[in-house]
Amino acid sequence: MLRFLVKKLLLALTTLIAVSVVTFGLFFAVPNNPAELMCGDSKNVCSPERIAMIERRMGLDKPIVTQYGDFMRGIFVGRTIGSGPTARECPAPCLGFSFRNDEPVTEIVARTLPVTLSIVFGAAVVWLVLGVSIGMASALRRGTALDKLAVGTSLVGASMPILLFGPLLLIVLVYETGLLTYPRYTPITEDPVAWASAMILPWFALGFLNSATYARLSRAQMLETLSEDFIRTARAKGLPKLAVYGRHALRAAITPIITIAGLDLGAYLGGTVITETVFGFTGLGKTALNAALNLDMPIVMATVLLAAVFVVTANVLVDVLYAVVDPRVRLG
Amino acid sequence: MAAPKASADTPADGPYLRVRDLRVRFRTEDGVVRAVDGVSFAVERGRTLGIVGESGSGKSVTSLAVLGLHDPRRTEVSGEIWVGGRNIVGLPEAEIRRLRGRDIAMIFQDPLSALHPYYPVGRQIAEAYRIHHPEANRHAAHRRAVEMLDRVGIPQPARRAEQYPHEFSGGMRQRAMIAMALVNDPALLIADEPTTALDVTVQAQILDLLADLQQEFHSAIILITHDLGVVSQVADDVLVMYAGRAVEHGSVEQVLRQPQHPYTWGLLSSVPSLHGDPNADLLPIPGNPPSLINIPPGCAFHPRCRYADHTGTRSYREVPELRPVAGTNHLVACHLPEEERRRRYAEEIARVGVAR
Ligand SMILES: Nc1ncnc2c1ncn2[C@@H]1O[C@H](COP(=O)(O)OP(=O)(O)OP(=O)(O)O)[C@@H](O)[C@H]1O
Ligand code: SF4
Ligand SMILES: [Mg+2]
Repeated sequence: MLRFLVKKLLLALTTLIAVSVVTFGLFFAVPNNPAELMCGDSKNVCSPERIAMIERRMGLDKPIVTQYGDFMRGIFVGRTIGSGPTARECPAPCLGFSFRNDEPVTEIVARTLPVTLSIVFGAAVVWLVLGVSIGMASALRRGTALDKLAVGTSLVGASMPILLFGPLLLIVLVYETGLLTYPRYTPITEDPVAWASAMILPWFALGFLNSATYARLSRAQMLETLSEDFIRTARAKGLPKLAVYGRHALRAAITPIITIAGLDLGAYLGGTVITETVFGFTGLGKTALNAALNLDMPIVMATVLLAAVFVVTANVLVDVLYAVVDPRVRLG
Repeated sequence: MAAPKASADTPADGPYLRVRDLRVRFRTEDGVVRAVDGVSFAVERGRTLGIVGESGSGKSVTSLAVLGLHDPRRTEVSGEIWVGGRNIVGLPEAEIRRLRGRDIAMIFQDPLSALHPYYPVGRQIAEAYRIHHPEANRHAAHRRAVEMLDRVGIPQPARRAEQYPHEFSGGMRQRAMIAMALVNDPALLIADEPTTALDVTVQAQILDLLADLQQEFHSAIILITHDLGVVSQVADDVLVMYAGRAVEHGSVEQVLRQPQHPYTWGLLSSVPSLHGDPNADLLPIPGNPPSLINIPPGCAFHPRCRYADHTGTRSYREVPELRPVAGTNHLVACHLPEEERRRRYAEEIARVGVAR
């Protein structure tokens, strides 16, 4: 177990380093000087001296490798950014300052990450509960009207983009009927009720659409499991239906679903750009997108790294979980 | 104590299981599959019936019908299945369920896929016990499971009970399956190709074990197999199935020593004999078993039968009835006159394959 964990963690670490190097490299491969961008649009204000000053202040005058090293070191021990009179202290975990408005990136993350976490975890509950129960029910009632309805609906749901479904929900539930108000994010620590009511729309939109995928997956898994020999054995023992389905079929069918849910969760935590944009939330995804458009390097680095951390962590957790659930998986 | 077993109502002399004119049909997208078409047989406690036939002849479908395991939404089961004096065809699921695992138990071909991969073996056996012994607590059921593992010859049963199926060898796994099937002391055990997935030495051990346990528990056994050697070793009676129908039925002595059906001849002469040239003296059956959606008219075996022409056009038009060989209870479904069957067997078949 320990060996397995160490191996997994080393692999995870390597992945993260690779992601950071590539992101960093790509950023500098783009032929834009962020200092020029920051300095302003009008050419007359931006004298070469001013640009040089900005570069010094941001630490952009150093070689790329040094910059990369500084950035990574800052995450763990903090650092001083820039040199000369404009140098600033940035305590660990230092992710730098926004090129645009000098806001510490840690603060930006602290502000936007909870938004994404709220959306994703809430929606995940919706899609897991809804998707898995619909999928299972439809597998058990295979061929009935209920099954056909579920299969049809989930086909539509799985092929519907949130870019379409989100605005549709807004039009119907907010603009036309006024059943809901346009969501405005409130931190859960301030007002849990306001937080939850702002989340209803994104939870439903993302949760419902993903539940379609999960319903299809669960149905297929359950049908496959029900045709397994060990299910026939369970029935031949004289077990009642409920025990056959619950203890024997569900246990085997749910394992791959948990795995995929874990990986999905990891991927979504990195940001749900479209959902955030459609419902006007400034989460991690939208922040990352804006930063990329603005060539705001420290934010891009931070959000990409964070997303990678989520994905990699989810991978490790899923592997461990799988080994715990399925006794055939050997660790090591 | 659990509810009294159905066997309590059986008259002491009648067979424990009596199947009459069993028909099983599946509705599928391609058409109706007539998997079993009018099969009758009986098994007494303490005796073993071997069911043989090529792949797809309806052996497993027959045994699943006896357990009432067919999905009623897609399957039509008719005829009579008397288990311990009760006809279970058409019985509500809840009633049949109480018979399963308690009065009738089943073991399957591949014990690895037939055991749940996520639960320890002992727990799966204990579960089979507790369903029919609700008064038994977890501890007692576990003790019973370990006891059964010991009984079927698994060393260190207490430790083995905690292990998962994948940690067992093939033979040990099948022993565990047998332990699970016998945990409630069933009156009827159906073994569907219990040794096919095992190598020969292990096969023999498992068959010995089944014979021992039959002595001890005095159960009726249905043994389904492709292997005529296995049948001759352990069965008392044999039912030969072809395309969902019984073509020959009688004691082992009758069916294997004086077979009267060309299909049985084919089965016998396609198995190499242990004495003699393994290739030269074989007469395999040409062609393949028919689709059970389109069963050939008349005798279903006629497209593959060397003697089909010997009966005029009868073999092509008329389904042969299962009739007793004069003066015996040996049943054969073939239009060939008995005289000719005897002669042909003696002259053409008896020298070939295991028939020797
Ligand atoms: N649930 C089902 N739906 C449709 N057809 C089925 C079903 N179960 C079995 N069959 C068909 O019924 C026929 C008989 O199958 P069965 O499993 O009884 O054969 P078998 O004699 O046990 O063969 P084998 O030696 O390969 O196990 C086969 O053609 C099979 O395809
Ligand atoms: S009835 Fe005719 S076709 Fe069928 S086995 Fe007998 S001889 Fe062959
Ligand atoms: Mg079979």
